[in-house]
Amino acid sequence: MTAGYENHVVLENVTMSVEENDFIGIIGPNGGGKTTLLKVILGLLKPFSGRVDYSPGGLKLSQIGYMPQVAQGDVLFPVTVEDVVLSGLMLNKGAAGRMGKEERKHAARVMDELGLAPLACQALNELSGGQLQRVYLARAVSGSPRLLLLDEPATYVDASFEADFYDKLKLLNERMTIMMVSHDVGTISTWVKSFACVNGSLFYHPHSKITEEDLRMYGCPIQLVTHGDVPHIVLHKHE
Amino acid sequence: MMENIFEYTFVMKSVLGALFASITAGIAGTYIVSRRLVFLSGGITHASFGGIGLGYYLGINPVIGAAVFGLGSAFGMEYLSAKGKMREDSAIGIMWALGMAVGIIFIYLTPGYAPNLMSYLFGSILTVTNGDLIALGIISVIMIVYTTLFYRTLLYISFDESYARTFTTHVDLFKYASVGLVGLAIVLNIRMAGVIMIISLLTIPANIIMLFTRKYLRIIVLSSAVGFVSIGTGFAVSWFTNLPTGATIVTVLVLFWLIARGIRQLKTNSRIERMKKMA
Repeated sequence: MTAGYENHVVLENVTMSVEENDFIGIIGPNGGGKTTLLKVILGLLKPFSGRVDYSPGGLKLSQIGYMPQVAQGDVLFPVTVEDVVLSGLMLNKGAAGRMGKEERKHAARVMDELGLAPLACQALNELSGGQLQRVYLARAVSGSPRLLLLDEPATYVDASFEADFYDKLKLLNERMTIMMVSHDVGTISTWVKSFACVNGSLFYHPHSKITEEDLRMYGCPIQLVTHGDVPHIVLHKHE
Repeated sequence: MMENIFEYTFVMKSVLGALFASITAGIAGTYIVSRRLVFLSGGITHASFGGIGLGYYLGINPVIGAAVFGLGSAFGMEYLSAKGKMREDSAIGIMWALGMAVGIIFIYLTPGYAPNLMSYLFGSILTVTNGDLIALGIISVIMIVYTTLFYRTLLYISFDESYARTFTTHVDLFKYASVGLVGLAIVLNIRMAGVIMIISLLTIPANIIMLFTRKYLRIIVLSSAVGFVSIGTGFAVSWFTNLPTGATIVTVLVLFWLIARGIRQLKTNSRIERMKKMA
């Protein structure tokens, strides 16, 4: 598949197949095509050539949940947390879709699972970054998707809340496939099952252990943050 | 006897006019305030004035001219902002001024009888025809049905358009339909509220209610109610004081808004007090 914007190719001859229940970390430099890849999978962007084949797993577009990079939603807009979570259910409804008791109950379960139940009636500008992040995650999963696409979900919060968020994702991964764009290879390697390095091209790396060597080979000039006992950052340049 | 009949139809006209104006302004106003399109709506309003002038010049109903200009500018602005090829606020400013200029030139060029410009700028219930009322009634019903039927879709497109694209392919269609209805609501309210005053009817009721609730549907319903009460109060005050109706309604609206802000402030203060006591 080749895709991009106007006359500008971002992804060229990319091939990848996604296994059910995988948890793929999508990494790569800025402008490398990570978000573009998600948009093509979501059907928001038509590729120049090639296509996304949903048929092997019988996946429907309405079964893909999406959490965009720093949501565009205006926090001063008059919606409540519950409203936003309910919007994830629109995937399974037409333009005249209504939200009744059944839908509210379902949204309540999702909010409960993500620790949002006490905030259901709050406006978005009353929430912290971490709470907002969980609201948008709840929106992405409330439609019970089989595939969950996350674009830099950690940009909402500071690092101290990240582990909690990834724990939630791990739970969700038991019932859905996850593809997550991130720039922080070191942190997510604890949680993901595999990596996809996207930099114009795409290399799939079927383990969560990824070394500097691998990154260099895939042409992914990104910084690898080492965790644990080694408190320093190793920078890698594109060769 | 004649006087009674006259008064009766006048009151009926005023009540119906106020009702339809507050419904259309409540729905359109909630949309434009929450989507931050207030300035755009000002542009549509003033662009419509060009159509009023052209209508006079051609000897057709000025409201039809205004509708053409209003819809044209509404769709044009939505198109420009979707393409992202022009500074939107500048485009609105240009459209705003051009509409007024065209309107004044055509009215100047119209031979013979010079229409009462003031009534279009500041509004007057006396100039509202039965045809205007019927049109306003129809657009009220259309807006109620449209908003009720597609409530969730409209809410989510307004809130986060890019996310809405993941569940509907008709985002652009809905945006054009919505802004088109806003344009029509504005145009049909011009005779009563006036080009200069109409923006207050759209923005102030929604802003008053948004001080107290974050529920979109509630804002529509309650801001319509606030609009109705404000217009009614404005009518009554202007009737007894002989002040211009449009300007009186705006003053009433702003007064209500100030009072609402005061109440909001008191509520916040007492909540802080309670929390202090609990701590």
